[in-house]
Amino acid sequence: MTTRYFGKRIKRNEDPRLLTGRSLFVDDVDLPGMLHAAFVRSPYAHARIINIDVSQALKREGVVAVYIADDLGDYWKPGPLLVSPPPIADTVFNEKTQVPLAKDKVKFSGEPIVMVVAESRYIAEDALADIYVDYEPFSAVVDMEKALEEDSPLIHEDLGTNIAARVVQKKGDYESIKPDAALIIKRRFSYEHGCAAAMENRGVVAEWDRRSGRLTVWDTTQAPVVIRNGLADLLGLSERQVRVIAPFIGGGFGPKIMMFYQEEVLVPWVAIQLDRPVKWIEDRAENFVATTHERGQIHDAEAAFDKDGRILGVHDVFLHDTGAYDPYGLTVPLNSQANVLGLYDIKNYHSEFTAVFTNKTIVTPYRGAGRQHGVFVIERLLDLAAKELKIDRTEIRRRNFIPPDKFPYNNEIIYQDFVPLIYDSGNYEPLLDDALEKIDYHHFIKEIQPKLRAEGKHVGIGIVAYVEGTGIGPYEGAKVQVMSSGRVSVVTGVGTQGQGHFTSFAQIAAEQLGVPVDKIDVVTGDTDQFYWGAGTFASRGAVVAGNAIYEAARDVRKKILQVASEHFNAPEDELELFDGQIRVADVPRMSISLGELAKKANPTRGAVKPGTQPGLEATNYFGPERGATSSGIHAMIIEVDPETLQIHIQKYLVVHDCGKVINPLILDGQIHGGVAQGIGNAFYERLVYDDDGQLLNGTFMDYHLPSALDVPRIETAHGETVSPLNAMGVKGAGEAGAIPVGPLFAQALEDALHNVDLEILEIPLNSNRLWEIINDANNKGK
Amino acid sequence: MTRLRSVAITVNNQEYKREVEPRMLLSDFLRHELGLTGTHVGCEHGVCGACSILFDGESARSCLMFAVQADGHAIRTVEGLSADEDHLHPIQQAFWEAHGLQCGFCTPGILMSLIPFLEKNLDPTEEEIRHALSGNLCRCTGYQHIVDAVKLAAERMR
Repeated sequence: MTTRYFGKRIKRNEDPRLLTGRSLFVDDVDLPGMLHAAFVRSPYAHARIINIDVSQALKREGVVAVYIADDLGDYWKPGPLLVSPPPIADTVFNEKTQVPLAKDKVKFSGEPIVMVVAESRYIAEDALADIYVDYEPFSAVVDMEKALEEDSPLIHEDLGTNIAARVVQKKGDYESIKPDAALIIKRRFSYEHGCAAAMENRGVVAEWDRRSGRLTVWDTTQAPVVIRNGLADLLGLSERQVRVIAPFIGGGFGPKIMMFYQEEVLVPWVAIQLDRPVKWIEDRAENFVATTHERGQIHDAEAAFDKDGRILGVHDVFLHDTGAYDPYGLTVPLNSQANVLGLYDIKNYHSEFTAVFTNKTIVTPYRGAGRQHGVFVIERLLDLAAKELKIDRTEIRRRNFIPPDKFPYNNEIIYQDFVPLIYDSGNYEPLLDDALEKIDYHHFIKEIQPKLRAEGKHVGIGIVAYVEGTGIGPYEGAKVQVMSSGRVSVVTGVGTQGQGHFTSFAQIAAEQLGVPVDKIDVVTGDTDQFYWGAGTFASRGAVVAGNAIYEAARDVRKKILQVASEHFNAPEDELELFDGQIRVADVPRMSISLGELAKKANPTRGAVKPGTQPGLEATNYFGPERGATSSGIHAMIIEVDPETLQIHIQKYLVVHDCGKVINPLILDGQIHGGVAQGIGNAFYERLVYDDDGQLLNGTFMDYHLPSALDVPRIETAHGETVSPLNAMGVKGAGEAGAIPVGPLFAQALEDALHNVDLEILEIPLNSNRLWEIINDANNKGK
Repeated sequence: MTRLRSVAITVNNQEYKREVEPRMLLSDFLRHELGLTGTHVGCEHGVCGACSILFDGESARSCLMFAVQADGHAIRTVEGLSADEDHLHPIQQAFWEAHGLQCGFCTPGILMSLIPFLEKNLDPTEEEIRHALSGNLCRCTGYQHIVDAVKLAAERMR
């Protein structure tokens, strides 16, 4: 009888450490002789630096060094381009990556200009106030459309334009089907995704060991291996000389994979220069301007429908705000472009976008990574068409779903991983049916809602659908080893930020080796232990690293069987792995613990057969040919107070399909958290900039993260179409909760406020903005 | 250099005597002077609640106080909740079983807000639990499993 570990609600291995405050986060690193860094950041969004006077700061007791751009010598250069432009014909891409410290000109408010290193953080911050920077302020480029006008100020003068990129992708021929359309819906949509606001801000600690010639860096990064290789390159070291540790990370959500942040480049360098450990910990005020955002797009979109509501084609032209630099390439707008297609069989598609430089914080992916923007466009177009054609909104979706027999389904455009966007598998109608049943849709709209409306209540329902491209390449790896203690070590290169990898990865190995999950020690994010891989992003940890662990654990299993077969002189098919033992089935006395077997596999005297590899250990890799596509339905019932426009979410449901589930408890947590962030994005969080490019709400008092009172109980249910692209059949789930919440709110609010002729074409909303939109609608009606 | 002040602060039943600058935040004192890094700092303006500790038995933000203000007072941090990882406090145990944490960064502050709440009310409604949690931000969990954990802890502690 084999115990199953895969697919079980198993509580997490990492929790006791976290719950008792004994886990290591970057700011917990404390080294003898450690110095502290702080940064002068530009108060202007766009200005020329005329002069910097650091002389007073250098006189302050406890200040060790002060650096401006010119002090960096050859080390000062623009950062590497993290994601190159996609192989799409006629793509325009103007590469402008961030610099370690601004020289001559600042391009966003919050850009670092001076680095102070002192004996304490308090002294370092005192010294910031000693530094005088003379600026000549310029007009800021804030609005995307104005940025493209002839007379707009230029952020990067040498380009002669504020265009960062332009990409056109086509499927079929939209123009040719337009004459056949029974209905064309055309609107302008604007969608803003705010900042990730992980509870832990960023931080870097670096220590240079002169005697061994080794640099150790603790970094709040989602991609320690890439940081290690990049730092070695920048500093002229070999990779073996650099160890990057991403210990426990207090939430990532995307911005912690931006590379390289200025501080990530500077702190290790200065630790070598001064030959002392240096720590920099971001504070929340810095986080709001210095850590990347995702922000906004404006879509001019139209869709052509036949009389039954079938989509004939979609035409979308959009602007994407990339901020002052574009180091992350086009990942976000490419995701938006792909997600307009959703889970619908759209045969004709024309999509073009222009990425625009603005004098604002750099834009990189934040949980969803542009998918939200695309999903909003297609879901809203469907809602508007359903209304015009008098078709039920769930029915119009059903009619357009890609049918289950059409998989793998080729969307004929290039995705963010640079290969054609092909959905591996899916079956959408059962998800919709399940959602309709669980939220009691037909009963609600036919009976409950009319009754409540008669009582004067403003109650609405929403149902939207989405896909999530997950588990993209290139690859991850893992090393699995049975220790002589009998415990199993699983080591992988990805970082972890709360996803439960210490447990879900252990479950994968446990299943293969018959070892209980709590006897498996997972190590992530230490490049001295494993130094291949790309990182944790795009909902790929469980899929890509997970399958690497699966392959490595299978190899170890084979080795265990082989070694034990020799040990017992019994055929492999008579052996069984159970509870950390291997035994000959039905012969209880012929049993050995895996720890003992591991010792036998590592003899220190005598001879071994040629070709023998020691220990019970294997390393393996997994690289999918393309990503796995998850899908789902979100449904919600909401009540709106017509006076205050405050909302109350009465019911929230997610029906989700991410293939085989490794740990349903962890999966539910991922979905709950994603929905909470989606609710924040839809109704609470907006980064407000003024015309000078100043962020006006850079505190938690002004930028409202949803609290326990704002996030409702979320019911989850699961479909299962396995992915044919990996042995475990899994798909990613990290972003699913966050993706379709915007259009869900728009639809449900329009429904709740049915007495107003309302079209919600923008996200984020809040009570105030909703009031303005309602007033506009009412005035238009007059 | 600012004049140092002597403080004697009892943390987790142990008295610490230190010389500190008057401007040193209590959160920095706990973390960097005493090495009690279980108390986390998320915003330093009193909103996120990650730095919550017990100050004479009441939940308080350690980032909004100076160490000198704690002179002569008793503080309890997450490290004082349990002897070690094998002997968890019922609240910690419930958070573990109900998956009430993901990245775990906000968790110590949440636990320290809940201790006085559960001392006063061992039969809270979901509404009461959510109000009690509303001073602590969590970006990972969506709060649902935290609410479940609090219910479970209350049940066990009754």
